[in-house]
Amino acid sequence: MEAMKEMVEQELGELRQTFASGRTRSMKWRKRQLSAIIEMVKEKEDEICKALFQDLGKHPTEAYRDELVKGKVISEPLGTVLIMSSWNLPISLCLDPLIGAISAGSTVMLKPSELSPNASSFLAKTIPTYLDSKAIKVMEGGPDISTVLLQHKWDKIFFTGSQKVGRIVMSAAAQHLTPVTLELGGKCPTILDDRSISGDIKTAVKRISGGKWGFCSGQVCVAVDYLLIEQRFASSLIDMMKQTIKSFYGENPKDSGCISKIVNKNHFFRLSRFLNDPHIKASIVHGGFTDEEKLIDIEPTILLDPPLDSEIMTEEIFGPIFQLLHQLRDIQESVEFVRSRPKPLALYVFTKDNNLKTRILSETSSGSVTFNDVMIQSICEALPFGGVGESGMGRYHGQYSYECFSHEKAVVEGNLAVELEARYPPWTTYKLSFIRLSFLEDIFGLVLLMLSERLHTTRLQVNYDTNMNRNSVAKSLYTTELRLFSVVVNYSSLNIIVVIQS
Amino acid sequence: MAKKVFEAADASNLVTELRRSFDAGVTCGYEWRVTQLKKLLVICDNHEPEIVSALHDDLGKPELESSVYEVALLRNSIKLALKQLKNWMAPDKAKTSLTTFPASAEIVSEPLGVVLVISAWNYPFLLSIDPVIGAISAGNAVVLKPSELAPASSSLLAKLLEQYLDTSAVRVVEGAVTETTLLLEQKWDKIFYTGSSRIGRIIMMAAAKHLTPVVLELGGKSPVVIDPDTNLKATVKRIISGKWGCNNGQACISPDYILTTKEYAPKVIDALKHELEGFYGKNPMESKDMSRIVNSNHFDRLSKLLEEKEVSERIVYGGQKNRESLKIAPTILLDVPLDSQIMNEEIFGPLLPILTLNNLEECFDVIRSRPKPLAAYLFTQNQKLKERFAMTVSAGGIVVNDIAVHLALPTLPFGGVGESGMGSYHGKFSFDAFSHKKAVLYKSFFGDSAIRYPPYSRGKLRLLKALVNSNIVEFFKVLLGLS
Repeated sequence: MEAMKEMVEQELGELRQTFASGRTRSMKWRKRQLSAIIEMVKEKEDEICKALFQDLGKHPTEAYRDELVKGKVISEPLGTVLIMSSWNLPISLCLDPLIGAISAGSTVMLKPSELSPNASSFLAKTIPTYLDSKAIKVMEGGPDISTVLLQHKWDKIFFTGSQKVGRIVMSAAAQHLTPVTLELGGKCPTILDDRSISGDIKTAVKRISGGKWGFCSGQVCVAVDYLLIEQRFASSLIDMMKQTIKSFYGENPKDSGCISKIVNKNHFFRLSRFLNDPHIKASIVHGGFTDEEKLIDIEPTILLDPPLDSEIMTEEIFGPIFQLLHQLRDIQESVEFVRSRPKPLALYVFTKDNNLKTRILSETSSGSVTFNDVMIQSICEALPFGGVGESGMGRYHGQYSYECFSHEKAVVEGNLAVELEARYPPWTTYKLSFIRLSFLEDIFGLVLLMLSERLHTTRLQVNYDTNMNRNSVAKSLYTTELRLFSVVVNYSSLNIIVVIQS
Repeated sequence: MAKKVFEAADASNLVTELRRSFDAGVTCGYEWRVTQLKKLLVICDNHEPEIVSALHDDLGKPELESSVYEVALLRNSIKLALKQLKNWMAPDKAKTSLTTFPASAEIVSEPLGVVLVISAWNYPFLLSIDPVIGAISAGNAVVLKPSELAPASSSLLAKLLEQYLDTSAVRVVEGAVTETTLLLEQKWDKIFYTGSSRIGRIIMMAAAKHLTPVVLELGGKSPVVIDPDTNLKATVKRIISGKWGCNNGQACISPDYILTTKEYAPKVIDALKHELEGFYGKNPMESKDMSRIVNSNHFDRLSKLLEEKEVSERIVYGGQKNRESLKIAPTILLDVPLDSQIMNEEIFGPLLPILTLNNLEECFDVIRSRPKPLAAYLFTQNQKLKERFAMTVSAGGIVVNDIAVHLALPTLPFGGVGESGMGSYHGKFSFDAFSHKKAVLYKSFFGDSAIRYPPYSRGKLRLLKALVNSNIVEFFKVLLGLS
């Protein structure tokens, strides 16, 4: 433990020193690092795919498609940041935020997940050979190293993972007043309004199925977790899904080579436990086969109406088990259902009914809403990606990644030549009136005030409207004591009555 | 009438009630938000004398400061929100790209839900109502917990807000540590806190339990760098009005200490002395134009700062104290030791240390060696120095040739960085602080590409690569089997 602490302190010290040297602020440095990342991903593509296959059984196409590299633009870097990533998209969940941090000019400590050891070791080995190793470091390890890292002061922590660990990260960050971005998860609901879609139902089912099983076997924060449909549609839907699964994976999904495996024994047992629960078992309408030896799965499994209070309906599934909930008589009831649960990271709604769309947008809350597709909101660069409530805080992707690691610093310049005496004590009635009038943007009143000051006249009273629009008649009266010159003002479009009181 | 004791059940019931109102849609509509904001304006218009009086009771705040820095600023803030609310509430269109074609995207602002605003004692009206303006504009239900260290203001706020606003969605809870702790145990959708770094940590830890996002407006030691090439008279007048003229140095963006060259320091001190006398007379302790120290705790804290050995002998002006009237005269110190207490905690009072440097360039190292402040100030005519300062000094906000004015500009985000805080507000930033920016993607059913779906193949991989690299030519080549 001591050795670990020392190592972290040393590395962190070097990162801080590098940041203090100002090297990471230059445009040239940032561009060079970002190009190096692109180079690295291009040149090492095979190794990346290999590592992902070893960790998760990902097919190269899936790996390429999902672990894509993007980056962007400029502001003040926060300093030295900690990025802790997750095991399901181990390359992109490290590189994506890394790109944001570099663009923003910060130095970075990357802590990949130990649950994807091959990807982790690839990053630890390769990043130092491509990137500035005094500014970007990788530290491998499990909870013990994470604990030590979290004890130190960072200028930002970016965490992708579970809600449970998210709380731990934020509590640790609180000790140092470190701002955090937490990309967490939740149960992402899908609502399928088959009535309004009619002809496009096949496409909808394909997209939903692809979204469920085609992405790391459902082990993704934005995976479709459960589906809400109307009662009468259930059996047709199940048939369609069975067909779709066959078209994706053939008769024996585990032999298709196209399914990611469950990441480790813990998660495998967690998912098996769900399926072995008698209430849940009774609701299986497709699949349910688990192969402990190969850890290949848990084949694509469909449940129909598991009990709402069962663990599988309260916990994020993060696996290839799909729950169909078809107790709704009317698809409109789905809105209340979604509202009654914690805010998810993503909400998917298949519908052509504008009324339902409006209700969804105004009556539910989620990180994002996607109509008529799943998952793709995460690759739309112009959209912020992040959660709300228990699904997370903060956001990234595209320019938001850059902002995530930047401090938006306000800079203002004043003019020493223009002096406003009324700003300074000692306070007098005159100065008070002056400033009041300035705030009301009452130029006319100000002029009169200054005139009176010059002419030292007797006390006068002016009645006019505080909400005065130069072109409208005064509605209410506001009285202020001013020393005014004795003139009756007849300003054409204003009713100002100057009353002389001696 | 004895105040009812606020207990855990009360806190929980309060949140439940507000959540019910929020879920029922009470706070969502444009009309409701406008009505509440207009009522806040009525409070400013009709109750200014009472507000000024409460501030005088709590802080000895002069009428001008109350009218200008609390009421007038609030009035402007409300008017801006009323004027811009429709714009702020409208969704922002977002661009889509080839990879998501065909689709359209937008970012929708939605309220977070039920939020908690905990405010401070030094500008009790401004720092309570300004965040509440943001919360209401964004459509949230809100609980305000004003500071107990300004009791007259706290009780006036409770009375006025209850009288004018919709109590099914906006409430005030008065109290101290006990009540605040009870409130913090509840689950909020956002917590907005203005105060000290020490309490800021406690707030964030409590928020972490519920994964509640926070805005923390804290403080720090805001340095003022004075370049010998500046217009000294104007500089000094602004520093004085920004320091002693703003709640007697008890403000988060108060000039905390001065950095200037050894040669120039005596001139600065003379100018300060001269202008201070012009502003506050020969007997500043008698002047009515400065707030007093808020209470005896802070008075004792500030006295201790002055009494430290090697600090007390560095006083070059002022130093008079009167515990009964809670007054300390404007005090200037020269070259106190860097490790003294006065140089290691936010002063928040009428003491102004001046540190001298051999070379003005050294100011960057001094500032960088300390926690990031909420504001950093520079007085100079040197364009290069201005640029370097703005680019390399990290602080919540930077002001050149003036003090504090950035907080009156609603187009600028007002907030800290590092120890001085996280998050920002003012103007649209207040609306954003209390909103969730929901990404919305509308996709059509047309144009489904087989490359998305299993079974995966090398062919699909090549297509994907071409698509992702926006290589249209390659894309078609693969499609046509030519690659």
